[in-house]
Amino acid sequence: MVEKQGTGQANTEAPLPAAIYAERVTKAFGEGKKKVLALDDVSLTIEENEFFTLLGPSGCGKTTLLRLIAGFDQPTAGAIMLRDRDISQLPPNQRSVNTVFQDYALFPHMTVAKNISFGLEMLGKPKDYIKKTVGDMLALVKMEELRDRRTDQLSGGQQQRVALARALAPRPQVLLLDEPLSALDYKLRKEMQIELKQLQLETGITFIFVTHDQEEALTMSDRIAVMNAGRILQIGTPRQIYNQPADRFVASFIGRSNFISVEVLSVEGRRARLKLSSGREVISPLPDNWVPRGRVTAVVRPEYAQLVAGSGDEGDLQGVLENIVYLGTDTQYHIRLPDETTFVTRSQNQCQETEAFEDGQSVSVVFKPEAVQVLRS
Amino acid sequence: MIPFIKKRPPFSLKRQPGFGLIAGLCFVMLYAPIITLVVYSFNAGKYISPWEGFSLQWYVAAWGNEAVQDATMRSLFLAVQAGIYSTVLATMAALGTTRTRPFRGLMAIYAMINQPLMVPEIVTAVALLILFAMIKSLTGIQGMFYLVIAHTAFCIPFAYLPIRARLEGMDLNLETAAADLYATPWKTFWRVTLPLLFPGIIAGSMLAFVISLDDVVITEFIKSSGQETLPTYMLGQLRRVVTPEINAISTVLLGLSISVVCLLFFVERRSRK
Repeated sequence: MVEKQGTGQANTEAPLPAAIYAERVTKAFGEGKKKVLALDDVSLTIEENEFFTLLGPSGCGKTTLLRLIAGFDQPTAGAIMLRDRDISQLPPNQRSVNTVFQDYALFPHMTVAKNISFGLEMLGKPKDYIKKTVGDMLALVKMEELRDRRTDQLSGGQQQRVALARALAPRPQVLLLDEPLSALDYKLRKEMQIELKQLQLETGITFIFVTHDQEEALTMSDRIAVMNAGRILQIGTPRQIYNQPADRFVASFIGRSNFISVEVLSVEGRRARLKLSSGREVISPLPDNWVPRGRVTAVVRPEYAQLVAGSGDEGDLQGVLENIVYLGTDTQYHIRLPDETTFVTRSQNQCQETEAFEDGQSVSVVFKPEAVQVLRS
Repeated sequence: MIPFIKKRPPFSLKRQPGFGLIAGLCFVMLYAPIITLVVYSFNAGKYISPWEGFSLQWYVAAWGNEAVQDATMRSLFLAVQAGIYSTVLATMAALGTTRTRPFRGLMAIYAMINQPLMVPEIVTAVALLILFAMIKSLTGIQGMFYLVIAHTAFCIPFAYLPIRARLEGMDLNLETAAADLYATPWKTFWRVTLPLLFPGIIAGSMLAFVISLDDVVITEFIKSSGQETLPTYMLGQLRRVVTPEINAISTVLLGLSISVVCLLFFVERRSRK
């Protein structure tokens, strides 16, 4: 039971080792023909004090990775380092990592305060310290009045706060959150997203958050890892992930996307000159030194394209307006292109506005600068 | 116009002809003997029937009867011990069969643990009689512990079933959460599993206690002389003369059983809240 307590304070003298470093982690379930790779050779570095999100559809391996970090499962191959210490084979009670469970898993036979003090008691902390910390934690999650309630008498949002306080009380080096907001209703979820981010800033603890909700991931994260089928497809800031998706899966999983076929004319440094289906040429930034060739797929976000009336030469694409969807904050225009695919643009609504377009009208689409992003696959 | 459709009530067993009659008959058959027994325990007469007026004399007689006192003490001593031992063993068995990865032969182990529920009691009785006779003749050791062992053995499945049900209904994430919060496996058991299992343990031990208290067949076969329990004493009395004293003892036993069941129900309800 030594070395289990994180200091939680940033060391300013030397650069800190990564909070979590996963090296070529593979996790297989079952054997022989029934063998399923839940994680397939995943490597990942999560920095100290980061709000890091594992994002992906269900079954992509994000929860498996979380369970491996927590110690509930052991990797089939590879290693997981917690601040330079290999923890892959340690049982969960010897890792300075705490978890907020999806269904909270609060102890039903204990009060709120007892739930929060459980971890501290197990660590053998002195009584005064436990009392003070429980008080601090109750204040942190604004639950002071309910300290002596039984946990089954609490609402979902309150249980959520207790689960957070319980996991934060021992000041773990890393806090794992397994879709903790999925059981809450929409409004509460929005509030908790802001609160969670605030909590992470206040405590300075590294948060690893698992979700399938792209909006949630974009709202809270410092960085996001997008996962699918046991692999990490892209790691980056929310802005990078949204503006420069690495491949078609990432582009379609996060936000709405238009996929268009383009021809690469030339590449100069990290910029590519592309020819659109209409014959127009645009310049596209490349994320790294990768050189695309020939016909490739590119993505254009609906809000990065603007609709203009008429099929003049000034547009990047021409088509017929097929459908207008009014969404309150903005309006979506579905345009049928000459190659029979649909292209969607979105523009923010202004007040006192009347619809400027009508169905069946010939229209052009004008791309904003750097709107076209070439995809690797 | 919407045509008027006569709404047919959904099928309900309660509405079938004769339902009330059959249900009533079942209750009469279940409770008429018990009510008779209780009523006649207050009979002033010397014989079980006819009714000769109200009296508590048979309760007084039973209370003062040294043989009854002796048998009662032995029955309670036996039931408490068998209840405790079988509950401890059943708890371990339940943990072993629910908190491990499913292994080959798990079903066989279920069957083996529940064997006393399936094998006719008389078979167990004869088997134990022979086994104990062999041990006694080999070692020469006599004593109550043969009865304690026998009662413990056949009480195990009764204690095991509610405990296992409770363990299976328990959220496994709670134990995972305890481990996540630095609890060793041993601490997890004491602080989380056992407190949550407690209602199951209480239910199991009460059931085991009542089953042991009530047993005639196995006890009758393996008891040595001077080891009468209350049920075997009553059986012995019936062979000679039937007085309402038997009714009085039975009524007290009934009262005891009902109290235990009520307590069990109360514990169950509180734990569910």
